[in-house]
Amino acid sequence: MTVFLQFLFSGLTVGSVYALIGMGFNIIYNATSIINLAQGEFVVIGGLLMWFFLESCNVPFFAAIGLSILSAGLIGLIMERLTIRPLRTNDLLVMTMVTIAVSIVMRGLLMFKFGKEPYSYAAFTEGDPLVIGGAVIQLQTFWVLGITAACILGLYAFFNLTMVGKAMRACSFDPTAASLVGIPVSRMIMFSFILSAVVGAVGGAAITPISLMEYDKGPMLAVKGFCAAIMGGLGRGRGAIVGGLTIGILESMTAGYLHSGLKDAVALVILLAILFFRPAGMFGNTTMQRLKGH
Amino acid sequence: MTREHGIALLILAALVLAIPSIVTDSYVMTLMIFSGINAIAAIGLCILMGSAGQVSLGQAGFYGIGAYASSVLSQSFGLPVPACMAGAAIVSALAAVILAVPSLRLKGHYLAVATLGFGEIVYIVLNEFGPGGPSGFGDIPPLSFAGVAITEPAHVAWTVWGFLLLVLVFSLNLLNARPGRALRALHGSETACSAMGLDIVRLKIKVFVLSAVYASIAGSLYAHYVTFISPSSFSFFHSVLLLMMVVLGGITTVWGGVIGAVIITLLPETLKSFEELDVLAYGLILTLSLLFLRRGIVPIVIDKFRTSERGHA
Amino acid sequence: MLDIRNITKVFGGLRALDDVSFSVPAQSVSALIGPNGAGKTTMMNIISGMFPPDEGSVSFNQDVISGLAPAAIARRGLSRTFQHLELFGEMTVLENVLVGRYIKSRSGFVASGLRLPSVRAEEKENRERSLDILASIGLAEKREERAANLPLGEQRILEIGRALATEPTLLLLDEPAAGLNIRETRDLGEMIVRLNADRGITILLVEHDMDLVMRISTAITVLNFGQKIASGKPSDIQRNPDVIAAYLGDEEPPC
Repeated sequence: MTVFLQFLFSGLTVGSVYALIGMGFNIIYNATSIINLAQGEFVVIGGLLMWFFLESCNVPFFAAIGLSILSAGLIGLIMERLTIRPLRTNDLLVMTMVTIAVSIVMRGLLMFKFGKEPYSYAAFTEGDPLVIGGAVIQLQTFWVLGITAACILGLYAFFNLTMVGKAMRACSFDPTAASLVGIPVSRMIMFSFILSAVVGAVGGAAITPISLMEYDKGPMLAVKGFCAAIMGGLGRGRGAIVGGLTIGILESMTAGYLHSGLKDAVALVILLAILFFRPAGMFGNTTMQRLKGH
Repeated sequence: MTREHGIALLILAALVLAIPSIVTDSYVMTLMIFSGINAIAAIGLCILMGSAGQVSLGQAGFYGIGAYASSVLSQSFGLPVPACMAGAAIVSALAAVILAVPSLRLKGHYLAVATLGFGEIVYIVLNEFGPGGPSGFGDIPPLSFAGVAITEPAHVAWTVWGFLLLVLVFSLNLLNARPGRALRALHGSETACSAMGLDIVRLKIKVFVLSAVYASIAGSLYAHYVTFISPSSFSFFHSVLLLMMVVLGGITTVWGGVIGAVIITLLPETLKSFEELDVLAYGLILTLSLLFLRRGIVPIVIDKFRTSERGHA
Repeated sequence: MLDIRNITKVFGGLRALDDVSFSVPAQSVSALIGPNGAGKTTMMNIISGMFPPDEGSVSFNQDVISGLAPAAIARRGLSRTFQHLELFGEMTVLENVLVGRYIKSRSGFVASGLRLPSVRAEEKENRERSLDILASIGLAEKREERAANLPLGEQRILEIGRALATEPTLLLLDEPAAGLNIRETRDLGEMIVRLNADRGITILLVEHDMDLVMRISTAITVLNFGQKIASGKPSDIQRNPDVIAAYLGDEEPPC
């Protein structure tokens, strides 16, 4: 039981990050129908920038968080302005390829600045780990879970309570109608990149003290986050949360009880199984999703 | 096959014969060999995407199966290399059928992701259960034909590009005959295709298998050339590279795959002078070419050529 | 040859077709007419298998074909054209017709890639037959043009040519004269009559151009709001009071 709890908590921790990445995918997908395969790089950027501000610039903790979020948002904005906007094509394949190319650029920059070694920094709060049912839980774990929950609530509030958020939702339902009622669709697309960069970076900043961060972690994180988004039904915010947590827990259980090398296969097997048997995700309405499935 | 294709094939064949005879530099030979290997896989992807309109982000999986299956067959069972390559191609074809049957109901992003998942699973399986695990294994028998080993770089280059020429001829023949026309028609209108009595699902499965077999041949050639393989050569990144080759070269013609493969293979080498900035430069070049050469190099060049021809007439 | 029995099709709450029955006799040129929204194209799509009927059945040469896939129906010798053209625009005119030869030939992937002698022979025959078809529909000169570059009228003719390449015994034409001018429509009419007389192909056409319908068809079925309101010879249809009433609300009178 102790071991099980231990695995459960570590699964929830990584699962939260997958959920955040999955939500990032959804935000951009809803606004543009693009699968942004640079989503994993946002997470890496969050972790490494946080290290840079904390350890290299000795900026106080909250300022470092603020600066990391700001920089990540700026990177999302630059990415959209320089690549997605000028492209102006309906060819989703080319757009998705561009996001891959951009992710390579980001990796190149990260490698140039930070090199190939893994980075870490102190947990957000000092203190002894908690012991729950015999399982030892790092305090940072609660930070990760808490921050994820805060992000989820924040996004929910943003999309349901603010004008910009509502406008973005309108664009995802019907861009033509949205532009007819005067919503600037292209600005909403820009917001979607900023928002999803920020969400990814927050996840990266929170997880780095636990699992380290290096320049080339992006692609695997993107694949996992994408599995989470698909599992929940592409484009559904809440689906990605359940998807991410499920994948995290299953991964951690597989690594613990079966074989650590198979950890990464879990998400993929789930992914294929869902695609083949339930393309709308575990909770989706199949016909609706097929219609949307381009 | 049209006259233009015939002429292009002859020029290519002449270059393939000439370059290794004139250039003796082993580094150039290595690049030529790798370009040829990549081009074989890229042509398969080109046909899959450009003709049948299907996307695959998992070609490295078939490339890896081709490399590992052929290596294991030749090393453990001592079978002649050509037989091993054929065996590996059959294994890849079977894997392709297993993947294709459920995947082809999916469209666009979903299909791309299913193939991505497949490629990654192959990678993980090779990592965990492949001979040598993550560090791979060596002493793979070199390429050979009728018992004679082919190890001289110039000879390997001729062999690889010989395979490439055969693949090109086969593909061009195919595309200009009944099955190829059906594939191109599929890209035009699936509704009309079904009204013409075409079995769309079977066609898609077959073209998927074809692209897998090409990737498998490329993987086998790779393994028997470098004689040491590890899973890292067959990761998602390689699938992306293949896709880049095809998109950059142009998906509407198999020549796009060849040109794209040569460029993408040579690019990192020419970027070595940038030292630690090489990944960055690589990414920038890819981004810019996607932004500005969206239709692919070969179609753009062909169009330019045709317009200037018309201008002279 | 073709028996439509009690076909009903509902979209949402709308009965697009309501218990419609009619037959297409072998060797006839039959027409399905009716005001806009009468359910004609829906009927075409049901016959060719694009979607299944909710009730009723379609039989072709005494076999029930409703429920079969469109490709399976096409292989039985029932071919069609589309109201909204569905040509392979990036392929040449000749290649479009060659795709129509698909079900009449057999070369597979491997044989074609190797260009075996059997493939060459088959290609040669397919090419000759396709060129024959192009000659008979007057598009031989344009065989190397991209299909998308043809004017609309020729695109409609090319769709018929492509359908002919499958060697159908029954040909469904969905508004073949839409967008054609008077001269093109007259040529089209002559061509349909010729296909029927020379090649013995049974024709079922959906058409708005009443002039054309009355001139070439031997049997007519009239639909209105998804229901059959009349069927018979052109002369009977022209005098049928229900038909006249149905068309009076429409800007197009029957003659």
